[in-house]
Order: sequence, then structure tokens, then C-alpha cells
Amino acid sequence: MSVLELIIALPLLAALAVWLGAPARAASLGATFINLALVLYMAVQYWGKTGLAFTYSRPILENPSLSFAVGADGISIILALLTALVMLAAIWQIEDRPPIFYVSSLLIGGGAMGAFLTTDVFFIYAFHELALIPTFLMIALHGRAEPAQRKAVAWKATIYLGAGSLVLLAGLVWLVLEFSGGSKLTFDLEALRSQARLTPLPDAKQAQIFFVLLLGFGSLVSLFPFHSWAAPAYATAPTPVAMLHSGVLKKFGLYGLIRIALPLLPHGAHVEWVQNALLVMLLGNILVMGLVTIHASRLDDTLANSSVMHMGYIFLGIAAGTDIALKGAVILMFAHGISIALLFGLCGRMRNQLGTLEYNKLGGLANHAPSFTVLFAFGAFASIGLPGLTNFAGEVMIFLGNFTEFKAGVLTNLQWTVILALWGVVMSAVYMLRAYRSIFHGTPATGLFMIDPAFSQRLPFILLAATLLVTGCCPWLLLNLMKSAL
Amino acid sequence: MSVFTIEAGLALLGLALLLLEAFKPDISRRTLGLTAIAGTSLALVLFIFAPHDTASLPGFIQPWHQLDSLAIFYKGFALVITILVLWLTLECAPYLTRFTVDGKLAEMFSLPLIVCAGMMWMASARDLVTVFVSLELVTVSFYVLVAFARKSAFSLEAGVKYLILGALSTGVLVYGIAWIYGATGTMSFDGIAKALANPATSKTTALFGAAVLLCGLGFKVAAAPFHMWVPDVYQGAPTPVTAFLSVGSKAAGFVVLTRALDAFLVEGSIIGSEIQALLLVTGSLTVLLGSLPAMFQTSVKRLLAYSSISHAGYLLLALACRESARFDLSSGGVVALYLATYLPMTVLGFLGLGLMRANGLGEDIKDFTGLAKRNPLLALLMTLSFASLAGLPLTAGFLGKLFVFLGLADHGYWGALSCAIIAAAAGFYYYFKTILAMYTTEGTDVPALTFSVPAKAVAGALALAILILGVYPKPLQSVLTSDRPAVVAK
Repeated sequence: MSVLELIIALPLLAALAVWLGAPARAASLGATFINLALVLYMAVQYWGKTGLAFTYSRPILENPSLSFAVGADGISIILALLTALVMLAAIWQIEDRPPIFYVSSLLIGGGAMGAFLTTDVFFIYAFHELALIPTFLMIALHGRAEPAQRKAVAWKATIYLGAGSLVLLAGLVWLVLEFSGGSKLTFDLEALRSQARLTPLPDAKQAQIFFVLLLGFGSLVSLFPFHSWAAPAYATAPTPVAMLHSGVLKKFGLYGLIRIALPLLPHGAHVEWVQNALLVMLLGNILVMGLVTIHASRLDDTLANSSVMHMGYIFLGIAAGTDIALKGAVILMFAHGISIALLFGLCGRMRNQLGTLEYNKLGGLANHAPSFTVLFAFGAFASIGLPGLTNFAGEVMIFLGNFTEFKAGVLTNLQWTVILALWGVVMSAVYMLRAYRSIFHGTPATGLFMIDPAFSQRLPFILLAATLLVTGCCPWLLLNLMKSAL
Repeated sequence: MSVFTIEAGLALLGLALLLLEAFKPDISRRTLGLTAIAGTSLALVLFIFAPHDTASLPGFIQPWHQLDSLAIFYKGFALVITILVLWLTLECAPYLTRFTVDGKLAEMFSLPLIVCAGMMWMASARDLVTVFVSLELVTVSFYVLVAFARKSAFSLEAGVKYLILGALSTGVLVYGIAWIYGATGTMSFDGIAKALANPATSKTTALFGAAVLLCGLGFKVAAAPFHMWVPDVYQGAPTPVTAFLSVGSKAAGFVVLTRALDAFLVEGSIIGSEIQALLLVTGSLTVLLGSLPAMFQTSVKRLLAYSSISHAGYLLLALACRESARFDLSSGGVVALYLATYLPMTVLGFLGLGLMRANGLGEDIKDFTGLAKRNPLLALLMTLSFASLAGLPLTAGFLGKLFVFLGLADHGYWGALSCAIIAAAAGFYYYFKTILAMYTTEGTDVPALTFSVPAKAVAGALALAILILGVYPKPLQSVLTSDRPAVVAK
């Protein structure tokens, strides 16, 4: 038995217990606290090490070879840390809601943990699917819109993500068939990786498979132009679900590209037509969605669209494929997860207390809710990429990672893309600062009044903001977990 | 005690219960039902400890019966589903009796035993005559069971439809058997395989016979285009009988199909490629014609009927994928594994429907509204059942589908694979539509829903089976591969 199995099982068991009548809040918070402690213990144990650790494998089928195999390396641990933190904050901030809120948060969190910490392609896929189901159900049942509208939003997300998952499944099956060797089908990622090292595929074929995987994983991460489900889904989803899906679960697609696609198909992303397609799509994320975000007139729209937009930078890191850019991408995944969860959490509180999120109806909240304002500022500035907060570290590494080979006067397509993508940073600043100004500064709107939540209610958000500050000032805390090249 | 004796004993017990009920009319249905359940459970225990090889069968039956791993598996399967159906009948008795003529359920407890014996015999059949006799034993008993709720017009309609189409398909089946006999000069599967591998055998005659035989069996397992009877019959039949039809009768059809196809698609068969193509086309059609109409159903029972058609399609596709060196399981093994995963999830679904009926609810999707509030446990179990039917990973249903998809991909049957994937995607839609209804709360000020402790226990056991099979299918796989020689790598 590995500690990882405990980390995966705990939230799922807690969800079952709550559904069958255990005290919802106590059980969920207890389980997530223990989970965070276990993940931290795991990170400390892994500190400075390289390679796959905490491995444990329970064979399930011999041929095709399938086993419940767990194992973690630096990326898995960073994402598990993200999951544990966001799950704790998301559950902590729930107030006066039926048990299904706790159950679904635990299921999404547990599913994400499972996806990040197993090393068998079958289970990586399976856990992600498990986490998607409660997401859909919660949007359809408890979304913040009229029943007909929230059902429509939920179905749209279901169709996009369902189709994306099927494309992904096709790509994974293709990988398994190609890399299993003649005698046995295997789903074990390590076995597939060693086979890929021994007998790499020709570049043209790598490109084809990579492209299928890119479409599959990409739809799950709202890669342009398969992104249109995301913004309405996040704007409609109940707060904990929005926090967990945009913060944690969406990172699954990126994780899959880094953990599965890149190592098995090392040249896939660099074949010209794939790379160009990826660059066009990610520029769509950054520039098109940046403009769309600037146009938003409500805070939830801004956050939802910005979350789609920021995925572009992480794709940029993946497209570059250099060690520093990939590590930057992982750090940005962590940073974006924490900051967007913080912002969605605060946004949910505002909606509950004020009943509206329209910029032109809000104003001057800072007067009576100073702590709340500071917390929001942490999220907003992190999102813009202010130095000292984690997002900055990630973005800088991604940008620099594209310039490791630089010839003066001759810019590659990647480098041109970086130069265009930098304008996205400006757009982030425009919409985030505008949101901040029109909500918290200016003359207080009449009839809208909000005071700081009690300290205990601020704690989950303080936790997230502190994480941003600590890992932002000391990004080596995260980098030390990724000593080996990715 | 040999397996054959156990089967004969089961049939005799069925007859005894039938007579007992006729001559002692005041016997309570509880006594009858519990006796039947106890008898079948005893048979299951005896079966587990009985010797599992062909040599242990009585000598006179050995030319017609065999006990290979497939037969063992399907016999156990038949016993388990019969016990579950008998129990479900007992649980649903209070409302079922409202539709029977004298308020009694006697044959509902004795006929399933005879069906069970028939299914067990069918599993070990090694020639077409044995297949035919045991298949008829099952089908004729089902004619009675389907029409059992005689006061309900739906049940009568279902009974008549099933009788006419069943009789017709029997005729077609016999016709096919006759042609095969004409072409090969034998009725035994081994002999047929030998004759088909011989180029001197008349190809046209054999192909025609095989195709007609497959049509006849296609009726029994609801393969397109012979699937039209399923929705009406499933909807009209009493819920326990529907569960029995959907699981037991289907498994019986597939064991025969597996045996017949093993003979038709033998190495070097003169009709191999045609039959293979036929299977792929039929399978693709069946998954689509099952899944796509299911999206528009409003009755959950009817929806389950369509889903049952589409599951039959996946099974046909599994049969089309023959030996692969990269698989331990033969195509028959994949079918058996699929059916093993299909049993708990389908029975759980019908159990839920039956329990809702017993609480005075209907069978429409709208009757599921707010189920999570009325009984969270039942909602959870039904969610698990439907999620597994849809093929959600980590549940049993995913595993069966995965094997089918891998097989198709491994053989490069991309067209069939696309159809299967489209059907699976449609499946996600209609199952989750139902799940969504369970958790919808708007405007539901409804009383809580209760069900008995044994019902909870059985449903819990089925749910556990879904989860365990979903993550730990190894024991099942080892049963199915116990007597297979290790496949040599390419």
C-alpha cells in the first residue's frame, strides 16, 4: 500500500460517507485536511529527488496488461498539492448548502488526485472521467441561472468534453496499440515510455498521434477553437465546482500532454504542421479570448474568459518543449489553479451577498470590506503576472524558454508567437485592473453593501493568497521538486 | 454429483412446484418463492463443488454435452440470474398480483427453474439438436412468463408479439439447421467445423444455412434488423421477467452464437470472410439502432430495452473479432466477460424500477424526478447502475466496452469502431438524462420512498459487484481462460 492510494481514496470514501449520512462539513473538512497533510508529507519526502517515487502496483489483468499503478514525480506532486489546496479551500468556503455540494467537491477533488497520481493510462483516463460527472450534474442542478438555461450550459459542456474525451480515448488507444509491442497490450505508462525510447515512431506518425491527443486533451483545457463551453460553464457553475474545475480539473489536459504525449512522441509537437496549428490555436486563446475578456461586463464573465485565455500561455510552454519552458508551464499550471480558485471563490461570495456582479452596478466595496479587497487584489495581480506572485515566475520561464536558442535577426515561429503573446499580458492588466477598480474603488453604489466576512470565513482565501505569495517569492520551492528534466 | 444431475434436479424441482401449486391451492406464494430460491441456491452451491470436466458427466450424455470454461461460466451465470429474478419476483409480488387472474404467482416461481435448466444445458451443447431442444425449453417458458400479468393489456400484447415472433424465429432456426445439415452432413459443432474447413464442401449451401441460422439466433438476441420486438415486449412484460429476458435469455442466445461462430469461423473456413463481414455489419447496425432511438424515449423501461439492443450490438462486434495474440481472452471470452459485467448493472437497474413500481410510481423518466431526495441510497445505486450501463470508467460497464473497442482497433475494423463509439456517446446522453432527473429537485414535494432490508442488501451486493468487476476483473478472466492454451506471440 502506498501513501498515494490513501490520498486518492480518502476524498472518495469521504464522499460516500457524506452521501450516506455522515455529518457533511466535518467529514469533508477532516478528509481534506488530512489529505493536504499527506500531500505535504509526500512533497517533503520527495524534496530534491528525481524520477518516479512512491510507486505501487496492483495487477488487475495480465493480458492485456492492466494494473492499478500509482506513482508520483515532480509534476504529479505539484499538481496533487494544487488539488489538495484548492479542494480544501473550495470545501471550506461552502456555507449553508446541501450535502451534495460537499459530495461533488470531494468527488471532483478525488478524481483529479487519481488522475494525477496513477501511472496507468487506463486509470489516468478513468479518474478524470469520474471527476467530470459531478461537474456536469452540479452545473445542471445547482447552477446560477434559470433551470432551462443552466441545463443548456451543462449539456454544452457535456457535449464538448464528452466528444473531447472520446477523441482522447481514440488517441490513447492508438498509443497503446503502437507502443505495446507485439506480444501484449499494456496500459502502463512506464512500459509504454521505455518502448517509445527503444523504438521511436517515425516523425510523421508521431505528428499524427500527437495531433489527435492535442485535440482530445485540448478540448478538455478549452483550447481555442474548442473553448466555447468553458466560459458559460464557469460563470454558471456553483462556486466550489467552478473553483475545482477551472483550478484543478482543467489542468488534467495539460498534465496529459506533458506526462503522456511529450515523452512518448518527443518529435510530435515539433513537426511543422502540428507546431503551426498549435501556435495558431494558442494565439487564439491568448489574443481572441483576451479581447473577449476585455469586453465582458460582469465579474464572472471576466474570470471565466480569462481562465480560458491563460491556458494559451501554458500551451506556449508545451509548444516550446524546452526544459525551462516546460517547467514554467507546470509552475503556471499551479499558479493559475490557485489564483483562479481564489478569484472564483471571492466572486461567489460577492454574488451571494450583493446579488449582482455587473460592473456598472458595483463600486466602492473597499470602503467597508478592506480585507476582502486585499484578497481579491492578490488574485487579480497574480493573474496579471505581477512579480512576487507565482504566475510571474511561470510566465517568465515560458517566455524565456522559447529563446534558449536565439539568432539575432532570425526569429522562429515560436519566437514570433511569444512576441504576439506578450500583448496578452497587457490585455490581462486591462481587464483585471478594470474589474478591480470598478468593483472596489469609486463611489459606493447605492443599495449594495458588503462587509468583510468573519476571519474564519476568510481563512480559505488567505490560505490560497499565502500560497501565491510564498511560491511566488520562492519559486525554487516548486522547482526543487522538478530536478530532473521533464 | 455431476453437473448434469444438478440441472435435471432443478428442472424436476420446477415441475414439482408446478404440481404442488396445482394440488395445494392454499400454499402461500412466499413459501413457493422461498422454496424456489432455496432450491436454486442449493443448486448453485452444489454446482460450485461439482467436478468441472466433461468426463464427470454421465456417459450417455457426453456425446451431446461438454463442460469447458465457457460452459462452466454460463451455467454459473444462469443460476445467479435465476436466483436474482426469483427474488425480484417475490419483492415485486404485491403489485404483480394485481394483474394476474387469480391473484397468484405460482408459475412465476416454477417456470424460471425450468428456464434455468434449459440455459444450463444450452451452455454445454455440442451439437445443434441439443441447442435447439434447450433453446425451445427456454423460449416456450418465456412465452408464459411474458404474458403472465394477464389483466394488463400491455403484458398480453407483449406475450402475443413474443409468441408470434419467437415461433417464427424458431422456424427460421430449424430451417437453417436443416441447410447446415444438408451442406455438412452433421449436426455437431466439431463436425461442422471440420466440414467447413474442407474445400470440397458446397460453399453456397453452407453459407445460406449459416446465414439463415444466424438470422434465427439474431431474433433471440435482438440483433438488427430483427430487434423490433424488443421494446414492446420488454415494456409489457412484468419487470422481473424483463430482467430475465434482458440478461438470461440474451446470455443464452450468445452462448449458442459463440459456439456456432467458433464452428463457422474455424481456421480455413470456406465461409469465414462472409460470416465475419455479416457480423460486423449486423453488429454496427445493432449498436446504432439500439442507441439512437433510445435517446428519444420517455419511459425508462423502454429506454433499457433499447439499451439492451445496443449492448447486444457490442457483443456481436466482440464476436466478430477473432483470436488476437495480444489478448488472453478469445472472442467468446470477451462476450462472457461483457455479459458478466452486464448482469449486475442491468439487474440493478430493473430492481430499481421494480422497487419504484412497488412504491406506486411509474416507469417514466419524469417519475425519477427528485429520487435523490426521496431515497438517497436508491438514487446512488441507480446512478451507479446507469453510469455503468453508459460505460463510465471504473465501473464494470467500461471494462466490457474497452475490450470490444480494443478488439476492433486491434483488427483494424475502423468502420465498426466508429459506429460503436457513436453509440457509446449516445449512451452517455440518454443514461445521464435519467441520472440528471434523479437529482433534479425543483417542484418535488414528494414523500420519502422506502424499501426493505433484503432489497437493500441485494442492491448493495449488485452495486459492489459493479465496482469490483470494474476495478478487479482478474478472477473472472482466470475462470474464462482456465482451459485455454497460452497464446503464442506473433
